[in-house]
Amino acid sequence: MERLALSDDILMKIEKPERYIGHEVNSVVKNKEDVKVRFVMCFPDVYEIGMSHLGIQILYDMFNSWEDVWCERVYSPWRDLDAVMRAEKIPLFALESQDPIREFDFLGITIQYEMCYTNILQILDLSGIPINASDRGEDCPIVIGGGPCTYNPEPIADFFDLFYIGEGETQYRRLLDLYEECKELRLGRKEFLRRAARIPGIYAPGFYEVIYHEDGTIKSFTPTEEGIPATIRKEIEMDVSDTYYPMKPVVPFIKVTQDRVVLEIQRGCIRGCRFCQAGQLYRPVRERDVETLKQWAIQMLQNTGHEEISLSSLSSSDYSKLPELINFLMEECKRKHTNISLPSLRIDAFSLDVMSKVQDVKKSSLTFAPEAGSQRLRNVINKGLTEEVILQGAALAFEGGWTRVKLYFMLGLPTETPEDIRGIAELANKIAATFFDTVPKEKRVNGKVQIVASTSFFVPKPFTPFQWASQCTKDEFVEKAYQTRAAISEQLNQKSIKYNWHEADASVLEGVLARGDRKLCEVIRRVYAEGSFFDAWSEYYDNERWLRVMEECGLSTEFYTHRERPLDEILPWDFIDCGVTKEFLKREWEKAQREETSANCKLKCQGCGAARFGGGICVEHQIQSAPLTTGGC
Amino acid sequence: MKLRIKFRKFGAVRFIGHLDVMRFFQKAIRRAGIDVRYTEGFSPHQVMTFAAPLGVGLESNGEYMDIEVLSMESTAQVKEALNHASVPGIEVIDVKILPDQAGNAMASVYSAEYTVRFRQGRKPAVDFAQAVGEFLAREEILISKVTKKGTREVNLKPGIHLLDWNSQEEKFHMILDASSAGNIKPIQVIEAMIEPYGERLAENALQITREEVYTNIGTEERPVAVPLGEIGTDE
Repeated sequence: MERLALSDDILMKIEKPERYIGHEVNSVVKNKEDVKVRFVMCFPDVYEIGMSHLGIQILYDMFNSWEDVWCERVYSPWRDLDAVMRAEKIPLFALESQDPIREFDFLGITIQYEMCYTNILQILDLSGIPINASDRGEDCPIVIGGGPCTYNPEPIADFFDLFYIGEGETQYRRLLDLYEECKELRLGRKEFLRRAARIPGIYAPGFYEVIYHEDGTIKSFTPTEEGIPATIRKEIEMDVSDTYYPMKPVVPFIKVTQDRVVLEIQRGCIRGCRFCQAGQLYRPVRERDVETLKQWAIQMLQNTGHEEISLSSLSSSDYSKLPELINFLMEECKRKHTNISLPSLRIDAFSLDVMSKVQDVKKSSLTFAPEAGSQRLRNVINKGLTEEVILQGAALAFEGGWTRVKLYFMLGLPTETPEDIRGIAELANKIAATFFDTVPKEKRVNGKVQIVASTSFFVPKPFTPFQWASQCTKDEFVEKAYQTRAAISEQLNQKSIKYNWHEADASVLEGVLARGDRKLCEVIRRVYAEGSFFDAWSEYYDNERWLRVMEECGLSTEFYTHRERPLDEILPWDFIDCGVTKEFLKREWEKAQREETSANCKLKCQGCGAARFGGGICVEHQIQSAPLTTGGC
Repeated sequence: MKLRIKFRKFGAVRFIGHLDVMRFFQKAIRRAGIDVRYTEGFSPHQVMTFAAPLGVGLESNGEYMDIEVLSMESTAQVKEALNHASVPGIEVIDVKILPDQAGNAMASVYSAEYTVRFRQGRKPAVDFAQAVGEFLAREEILISKVTKKGTREVNLKPGIHLLDWNSQEEKFHMILDASSAGNIKPIQVIEAMIEPYGERLAENALQITREEVYTNIGTEERPVAVPLGEIGTDE
């Protein structure tokens, strides 16, 4: 095991050699002679980001729990090492065995955000794997993609042999069994892919053909062979308490973004905010059993030695046993000198009490995410947070000693008007006023309140009610940010308010890729060939290049972003069935335009379609109305 | 109760930096279930001191850290539990109980012992058997040291406690000042030694193992260097 893929000379001159040497606590080393399948899991960004991702830890643990499989990890080599590897022709390697990726059976890539697409090409290129799936020979690993971006895999369809749509816990065993069988029978790569395409949740892009209208929209999207399914339904783990979860997550040597135990308490979200993709993709809400979570927390803290534990979910305040879980963790953590890092909880008496116990109130800040400045626009996006609730929460917090507030908004939401934008400034001002009304002068510790309002630009995503919506152009985005800034500077308490906004360039490109089609594969190939990767890092993002290459390929950003799509257009991701029906999304899109809200899943079922999975919140309501069914499942 | 822990660092993990080795041990101590003392406050941390930071890429057979425990079964049990919680390449070789009045590991460092080899093809064209003799015969060994305040002349001579060339195995054995005031690195010694011959070291030419870290139990004038690990007792 002492052999490293990189020489001492290289390791001594690059930044953070620890990214590339493996050996972390709880990393799994097997004898490669003893396994039938070698799988390497990739997060196409730098080690510190990739190692913070829970999904890979879950799948790594699952694969390695199988005797016939050895799963390893690989991340994007940072720019310094990338240059060395190209110059010295060193093939990309997996961390555990330090063996070249090229020798593996599978390369699994998790795709969490659009701006990492060029990094996927870097991984393939450095590994010596042809970038186009159609050019790969029998000896190449099967390249399989997963993660949220695979709900519209079309802009990267050329680069993958397979996509796994949905949660990985359910079908990987079947896929690997099929692989072993095909290998034994020497059926060849193409036949394996053909058979894999029939496994639920597996999409093999090479077996589908897209025909376009003259205007660039899709005319048809069809399988090219008999037996290949026309739609792919997402896979979902319905028993979230009795499934794979890493009791021994890998502990990195260097400080990574998520340097703590992560306890995923539930999947899905009841809220149904209309801009949010995750809120639709992961339906229905499935809570984990609280006793199971307590056991997991103890084991993971013991096995990692981490000094912090954090709860993970889309909306932790909605977890039904949250007080019980947090009280347990507070007890446990106090005993073990461990910190609890709380996710953004809804601000109320309970959460403030908990926060005051686990954080230093003077140093911490409070977070609200109203997302939109006016009640009208919050109704449009179905964000069930009212000004009254925000101001009450803020008053409670100010009484409790907090003086710092963070506010998150989006600019460019559908139907947004200048009044909605002014609402951002006015809300920030009212919160400041609440501070001065609540806290008497003699009790103001630092004499003032600090409000930070941040805006990001809205990017419509597939499988949301806004998937048909027009996205703002760059100029419109920038104009909206100026309006926000101007409105804030007109407020009475403007000295207490700080305003931050994001760059607009990347938001436009993110929009292109999010709702893009297969024609974009060529754009990604070309910008990569010209040197683009690590686009998620603003210092390496070359907007001019992307725009020029788009033009050279005869494509326009307007087509993908600014154009409002008619409801009957075939969308590139229509062949995927994410559980939520298109009818439901249309209903929600129309309600949004009428400024009507929809109640959350706990209050009233909206008939989104996810009930067909037969579990989670969709059936819990039935259990409540049928008291004879006992709850202790 | 204060404990002094001696460990080795070798193989791939030699590329783990000093701060990350500290973080590694903080987590290993939790995994090992050692009843370590924590500071008070919102983010409690373990009371822990390291003797001397080891540079990235160096191996060592004699690293030290001090921790404070509230209780333990025995030093042997602490050692076993830590090794069980460790990774290949970081190995605890000794645990001692420190007398209450003992200075902490960092403040106690007096000198360090090294084995230094040249990487293949990077040995300068110098006859070291002769060069070491001539080098040590110099009255002063002045080198210029670049600091934040500019360049400064430093005399290496008093800080070289031992220097020896093994021509059969082609390696140096050295004991150098490692105190906070007068710390000398092996590379500085070799660069100064070969300079008169018109030679310079190639990049990354040296393969260095720190063998031991010493403390001074004598006086400033009449020092007596003993390994840091000899200060404590087993029980």
